[in-house]
Amino acid sequence: MTEPLLRVRDLKTYFVTEHGSGTARAVDGVTFDVLPGETLGIVGESGCGKTVTSLSILRLIPEPPGHILPGSFIEFEGRNLLTLDPRELRAIRGNRIAMIFQEPMTSLNPVFTVGDQIAEAAIVHHQVSRRAARSRAIEMLRLVGIPDPDERVDHYPHQMSGGMRQRVMIAMALVCRPQLLIADEPTTALDVTIQAQILELIDRLQAELGMAVLLITHDLGIVAGSADRVVVMYAGQVVEQAPTATLFARPLHPYTEGLLASVPRLDAPPARARGRLRSIPGQVPAATAWPEGCRFHPRCPYAWDRCRAEEPPLLDAGGEPGTHAVRCWLLTDPRRRTPHP
Amino acid sequence: MNVGNWLALGGAAIVALAAVAALRRRITATASGRRFFRHPTAVPGLFAIAAPVVAPYPPYFQIDITNPDLPPSTQFLLGTDPYSRDVWSRLVYGARVSLGIGAVAMLVAATIGTAVGAVAGYFRRWVDTALMRLVDVGLAMPRIFVLLMAVALWEHIALWVLVLLIGLTGWFGTSRLVRAEVLSLRERDFVVAARAAGAGSGRVIFRHVLPNAAGPIIVSAALGIGNMMLLEAGLSFLGLGVPPPAPSWGNMIADGWHKMTVAWWASTFPGLAISLVVMAFNALGDALRDALDPRRAGEEGGEGGGAA
Repeated sequence: MTEPLLRVRDLKTYFVTEHGSGTARAVDGVTFDVLPGETLGIVGESGCGKTVTSLSILRLIPEPPGHILPGSFIEFEGRNLLTLDPRELRAIRGNRIAMIFQEPMTSLNPVFTVGDQIAEAAIVHHQVSRRAARSRAIEMLRLVGIPDPDERVDHYPHQMSGGMRQRVMIAMALVCRPQLLIADEPTTALDVTIQAQILELIDRLQAELGMAVLLITHDLGIVAGSADRVVVMYAGQVVEQAPTATLFARPLHPYTEGLLASVPRLDAPPARARGRLRSIPGQVPAATAWPEGCRFHPRCPYAWDRCRAEEPPLLDAGGEPGTHAVRCWLLTDPRRRTPHP
Repeated sequence: MNVGNWLALGGAAIVALAAVAALRRRITATASGRRFFRHPTAVPGLFAIAAPVVAPYPPYFQIDITNPDLPPSTQFLLGTDPYSRDVWSRLVYGARVSLGIGAVAMLVAATIGTAVGAVAGYFRRWVDTALMRLVDVGLAMPRIFVLLMAVALWEHIALWVLVLLIGLTGWFGTSRLVRAEVLSLRERDFVVAARAAGAGSGRVIFRHVLPNAAGPIIVSAALGIGNMMLLEAGLSFLGLGVPPPAPSWGNMIADGWHKMTVAWWASTFPGLAISLVVMAFNALGDALRDALDPRRAGEEGGEGGGAA
């Protein structure tokens, strides 16, 4: 088995809320690996801790109010990112691990040309000259498929469309050829047609540069198209983890099941096509007060007493060992997989 | 001499026109049409009066000491003062001193204020608390008394020290403003993106945060120059600012003040110059605010209410 590029173990990122409503346990014991060159998708609905997880990896959580609890462990290329001093951390940010953000409209600095912003990481990390940085920026713009890169390099962000800006963001992230790209909802703010182009671009660059991608999204379609493996998050925890094909063929956690059932499909089997599109009842609970026991039990159609009392661990779901894990008591008692009326 | 006089008249006209134009702009700013000539025309006017070409006499030149206090005439545009010096010439040279002191003091104040505000706003926590309490203390101190005390302590204070002191006591407001700007800018996505790209605090502050806060800083500096000039005039009037033979608008008022009843022109014109220029700077600041505020650029003067 290949050595993982990134190892996240029992990551806990809490936020202290100001007016006494307690501690928001945004990320509460998340564990996963990213292998070199693979795409790992993290899915989950808003507020499940996806973004906080990704920000925690680069230690970009605003402190205070946020803090990563001792006992958490994030290892990248053999070093624990949580114990690095700021200088070492900066040498990794943008250089070995890069990140692209959800909002291309606000993630670019309005007062600098895109060329300057793309070149910034190269200047920071590789101390290249202004001229070299500029030609590097042009090269990156060409790489991400922006027409007339020689001209575009001197444009300001407001002169570009959303899709182009996201391409610029990708160019910024990749200028130092990182080993890991964290893409936090890279296409959420874009039109569907542009979404496809951007995802294709990320796929292509991943193959060309041989980097791993941590793809964070709430869109299962994107995961199905791009990811090798998927981590499903709910309420600050990993609830299911599996290779993409397995997850879509055999979802075991009721939450994953519900997510898949709530996606409209053209190729749906006739039995489902007749029925209405399903949704998961209820809402994600507040991070300050996760439910006792299994955090999904208030919304789970199968929940029974044990789910309310005891929190399930991540259980191995069979198949190839260590590939498919599910945080659900149903695995110990599969006969109960019949919804209550 | 005649050419000089005409030039002088022209210079005066430019100052007056610039001030009037700026004021009118300020008045029309409350109405709907605020799009015309946002960009200040006051600046060329101010530079025009700084040029010594328009002064017919040297500023220290006593024309006829036995016959002082001549009223304004074609030869002495604004009359002569009790020491028989041409008021217009001194006014023009005094403009260099007064404007220079205002600008340099503001530069000092804006630099310190920006640095302190940026550090406080960016690092927050105890740094912010400590710096802002310091600013509270600074704002609570009556500036003029602090300056008077300093001047009284060191006799014959050098001009540059005075300028520095005016600047050093004037940065508190700017730092508050910059801190507020930085507090909001530091949460913006592009700042997080810059940090994710590996930029250190200094780089983030100077390249990503402050350039985006430039508008408010420039506006407050423009507004502040007027204040700095008033302060300098006040000190000079009290005889504690610019040392007497050198002309500054403040000590010109002081020179003419005791003969106000017989030679009103010696004090009145420098006083008018101070008022006009300070108002022009205020108008300039307002115009800059309108020109630099992106939200104002979009709206066509719809709502009249709200903050000025």
